[in-house]
Amino acid sequence: MRITCPICGERDRREFYYMGADDYLDRPAEGDVEAMHRYLHIRSNPAGVTRDLWHHEAGCSAWLVVERNVSTHEILRVELASKVVS
Amino acid sequence: MGYNVLEILKQGLTGNKGWGPVWRSPEPKLEYDAIIIGGGGHGLSTAYYLAKNHGLTNIAVLEKGYIGSGNIGRNTTIVRANYLLPGNSGFYSHSLKLWEGLEQELNYNVMMSQRGVIMLCHSDGQRDAFARRGNAMINQGDDAELWSPEQVRANIPFLDFDNTRFPIYGGLMHSRGGSARHDAVAWGYARGADQLGVDLIQNCEVTGIDIEGGVVKGVQTSRGPIRAKKVGIVTAGRSSQVAAMAGLEVPIESHILQAFVSEGLKPAIDHVISYGMGHFYISQSDKGGLVFGGDLDFYASYAQRGNLPMVEHVMEAGMTLMPAIGKAKVLRSWGGIMDMTPDGSPIIDRTEIDGLYMDCGWCYGGFKAVPASGWCMAHLMAEDAHHEVAKRYTFDRFLTGEGLMDEEGTGSQHNLH
Repeated sequence: MRITCPICGERDRREFYYMGADDYLDRPAEGDVEAMHRYLHIRSNPAGVTRDLWHHEAGCSAWLVVERNVSTHEILRVELASKVVS
Repeated sequence: MGYNVLEILKQGLTGNKGWGPVWRSPEPKLEYDAIIIGGGGHGLSTAYYLAKNHGLTNIAVLEKGYIGSGNIGRNTTIVRANYLLPGNSGFYSHSLKLWEGLEQELNYNVMMSQRGVIMLCHSDGQRDAFARRGNAMINQGDDAELWSPEQVRANIPFLDFDNTRFPIYGGLMHSRGGSARHDAVAWGYARGADQLGVDLIQNCEVTGIDIEGGVVKGVQTSRGPIRAKKVGIVTAGRSSQVAAMAGLEVPIESHILQAFVSEGLKPAIDHVISYGMGHFYISQSDKGGLVFGGDLDFYASYAQRGNLPMVEHVMEAGMTLMPAIGKAKVLRSWGGIMDMTPDGSPIIDRTEIDGLYMDCGWCYGGFKAVPASGWCMAHLMAEDAHHEVAKRYTFDRFLTGEGLMDEEGTGSQHNLH
């Protein structure tokens, strides 16, 4: 599996650290325990197209939102997380 | 038909032509007292113990493919009870005791082989941690023995003891651990459940779960609707998809775990050996193949195949530990779908829907749990109460933070186990 970093180009999967579903981009307000639980633990976990966060740890250190098909390991789209949240 | 020496002799002398199918292939009834979704190891043992321990015989197991076609037929077959934390240690202790009596219980040869599981250590700190774990295992009532490097060398002479980076400082021997024939476990429980009257319905995919007013009423399947008072979802690997049919979301992310088998070799590896350098473990099957594996690929996946970096890592780890296996050829590898929970421990619990139960989240350790998982899931479904040894396997431990069982001590987060 290779991921095309928008900054560095196509790189080996080993350069990237997998964080998890892009649910992590929607951090709930402090104090809402139930929402925080869902944010941290509960996952829709589909067997199809997902969007998840990867850190280009051994490259430019950017956080990326990677859209991929988890049933085929196909990478469909890679964006900088900073652009997705702004 | 019960298996015994006379029957085997008689069949052997008459060309083995008298063996018939050992379970029926019934048509699904319109209604059951309980339905188990998933005819894997856990589903079959749940059905078996529902019938055996709780007298519930009007039940069905619905299997999408054929019996034994999922992870029960594709794993590294290790049985052990060397867990540290309360909640896990009691459960796996119970499971190992059931394993020890399983062949008599089922009248079926599951080829249970208590050859011993040894975890090797490579530093003073790791040895101290294993001493603590061993004491916890002994306190739990199981067996553990801290082996010196000399003891390891005397019993397993072919390891690279003086490796510069990972010299062997000894190991924690769990002599009641070992391995069992994975398919036979599925077949044995299937036959046992069938003999107690359980309907095993193969090629029957559940496509929907019927719920009225927060109470489960039955399921929709590829072979028509079936009503049931209680439904158990026992579909680890696909838990999120089946839970979604009931409108539920669960604390599970699916990951890929790879394993490998070499060509058949003469008997060489007598134990199950786990390498403390990282995640490499190996044993030798009765056919002679080396069965080994490593850690997760560490990204969500349902592809049932892994990526090459982990293949390379596992091979390197194997060569570091026992260079002698370097000339063995790898015959095949595969990737299984693992239900990963945030703390790496499983769930056997009610759901928010009355009559709907889930047994899931087995991470990379489901095989050894098959007997106790079924035992406890059956208890939960029949009595509507948690079994004593599985009472910590709840959904709400993630919400409250109470009773988390993070064996690796890495934190309760999806990508850490």
